[in-house]
Amino acid sequence: MSASIFDIAQGDLAAVEQRLRMPRREFLQFCTTVAATLGLPAGAEAAVAKAVESAKRPSVIWLHFQECTGCSESLLRAEHPTLEKLIFDVISLDYHETLMAAAGHQAEKARKDAMAQHKGKYILVVEGAIPTKQNGIYCKIGGHTAVDLVKECAADAAAVIAIGSCASWGGMPSTDPNPTGASSVAEVLGKPVATIPGCPPNPYNFLATAVHFLTFGKLPATDKLGRPLFAYGRLIHENCERRAHFDAGRFAMAFGDEGHRKGYCLYKLGCKGPETYANCPTLGFGDAGEGNWPVGCGHPCIGCTEKGVGFAKPIHSMAKMLNVAPPLQYPRIAEEIGKGSNFASAAALAAIAGAAAGGAVMLAKNLGLSHQAAELEKAKEAKTKAEA
Amino acid sequence: MSAQHHAKPAPVGGPLFNGVTLIAGILIAIMAVILLVRFFYGLGSVTAMNDGYPWGIWIVVDVMIGSAFACGGFSVAMLVYIFNKGEYHPLVRPALLASLFGYTLAGIGVVFDLGRWWNVWNMYWPWSVNLNSVMFEVAICITLYIVVMWIEFSPVVMEKYGLYELKKKIGKYMFFIIALGTLLPMMHQSSLGTMWVVLGTQVHPLWQTPMVPLLFLLTAVIMGYAVVLFESCVASSAYRRSIEMNLLTPMAKVMLGIVAAYIVVRLADLLVRGAFGLAFEMTLESVMFWFEMACFVAPFFVIGTEAQRRNPARLFIGGILLMLGGSLLRLNGFLIGYETGGGYQYFPSLPELMVTVGMFATEVLGYIVITRRFPVLPREA
Repeated sequence: MSASIFDIAQGDLAAVEQRLRMPRREFLQFCTTVAATLGLPAGAEAAVAKAVESAKRPSVIWLHFQECTGCSESLLRAEHPTLEKLIFDVISLDYHETLMAAAGHQAEKARKDAMAQHKGKYILVVEGAIPTKQNGIYCKIGGHTAVDLVKECAADAAAVIAIGSCASWGGMPSTDPNPTGASSVAEVLGKPVATIPGCPPNPYNFLATAVHFLTFGKLPATDKLGRPLFAYGRLIHENCERRAHFDAGRFAMAFGDEGHRKGYCLYKLGCKGPETYANCPTLGFGDAGEGNWPVGCGHPCIGCTEKGVGFAKPIHSMAKMLNVAPPLQYPRIAEEIGKGSNFASAAALAAIAGAAAGGAVMLAKNLGLSHQAAELEKAKEAKTKAEA
Repeated sequence: MSAQHHAKPAPVGGPLFNGVTLIAGILIAIMAVILLVRFFYGLGSVTAMNDGYPWGIWIVVDVMIGSAFACGGFSVAMLVYIFNKGEYHPLVRPALLASLFGYTLAGIGVVFDLGRWWNVWNMYWPWSVNLNSVMFEVAICITLYIVVMWIEFSPVVMEKYGLYELKKKIGKYMFFIIALGTLLPMMHQSSLGTMWVVLGTQVHPLWQTPMVPLLFLLTAVIMGYAVVLFESCVASSAYRRSIEMNLLTPMAKVMLGIVAAYIVVRLADLLVRGAFGLAFEMTLESVMFWFEMACFVAPFFVIGTEAQRRNPARLFIGGILLMLGGSLLRLNGFLIGYETGGGYQYFPSLPELMVTVGMFATEVLGYIVITRRFPVLPREA
């Protein structure tokens, strides 16, 4: 791990430059980006480079069930230079219904061949939910039900990755009343799998997970829902660019109101950021720079990565706060600095001081008079005593 | 207790309803209405306080100055019991009564000023306390002292209701309570000054000094005696009684001795810290400083000689001057010479003033009711 990308000799990457048709500098940039996205320690970029460089590309079988192909689309539309190239050159995509040229029996054969050839070594990616009601007749490919297909392909796979919310936890197809019994991959297989939920998920979260497998031979650490911690370890609310507005109590109350136009917090419009785990605020979508995500565009988060939130809770109902509850009162943005004296208070103070001084003078005068009288009396007494 | 024979204290008697109590009652009612608003709608609804001046006259006048005025009981008790000057004993009860009111109201006044007053119980909740806090020291000390003073004063109530047995029992332990009653105010009156040390450069150099706990302690004792002079003169005028000149005249001498010590410490501190030059610049602070110092120096010209001290009018003026001096010291450090920057300014609002006035009216009303109905002042011959 101590070796860094700077230790890689110039000639070492000639082959990968040739294969990917991408300059060496760009290739190393990509490896470093992936390592950083994964939160790997320094030096890991060299390991990533080494793994990607090697010609032993893992075979990938990509299944589509109840879905919109949005996950594949988002992967293809990533505008980072040569990303699509890497996706299909870093890995050997042997079966993908949308992208493969083959059709019919030819396509089925490609899947069977890949499974036989890379038995126990290929990666199975599932996109879309799996209908289970009535023996899964709602989704069939080549005469096989989705349930049978996923079970067959998962049996000899080295790793199973569920991409998108549908494959991860049922997603939109599983919305009540769920007529098809749409289920997640984990539910059908009866064992936990790595999940990359999102509708669609950020392509880099999938890519980083796949490269992690490529580099270290295992999937990254996940939470108990199978989501990689590097991407789903924190609430959207925690890193949201609008968080300061939340803390200061500045909320958009309606679409297009002043607060909304000023970019205030969308919590009161139903933003589910406070109960949704994802790295959306820190990893922009579509390589178009930061701020390019739902909340950044002015729409509240719908909680697509979170089972029971996305497609389940009404979009504009308020989120449950998982860590901090919003306070009942907020400090003002600009504190009052005081107005100094006004006529009433100054006059009252003067009146009080005057009354006190007047009273004191009167009292002192009386005390002085009685003292004088007492002294006189004493003198008179002394006089009479002396006379007597 | 001293072996000397004194006139026994007795209720003054007379009507409770008169012009003075009526005015005091009206002022208290106004205060009650303002406080009702304050407790429901917050400090901002009635006070002129802000982030730069998180305390106003409720703390500085009602609590800081009010509790210093209330040091009469402790100052006289120290004279009688610590320095064994038994002849001053007749002054103890009236002084104690004034202290009792001053402190109890100061304690209540703190609650008025607490932004989240409903959390005040945390101060006494052992798991919530912060032992390193000056504020905590002040709070716990003042609370204890209020309790101690009520116990010290309890024989008066017991005499009134004929509970002589109980009074005898408590009397056995009274020496301890009295000792505690002189220790506690020394602790927190000096700690009130420590707050300036904590506030650092926000307080003008003429007042911000590590010596400030000593300055506060000395002035608290001085103000205690000054209040006794003031209170004796006012009570004798109001109730048409003879003044205890035989006690006040020598006590004023003791007081002047402490004033002299205070002036020496005050000026020496300014010179040693090199801050004295600031007193000669033309600023509001320097003017207030000289005003404050004048109040401490002038009494030497008013009651400097024995003959002058025999004149109750002069004792009264001397007492007022020293009360004013001690008050200005606190007012100058906590509000006038207190600067938090950022253009913040403070001048008490009318409702704020009326609450402070109401607090003093409460004190006056309580004093009248208790001296007229309970055995506090010495029986007239």
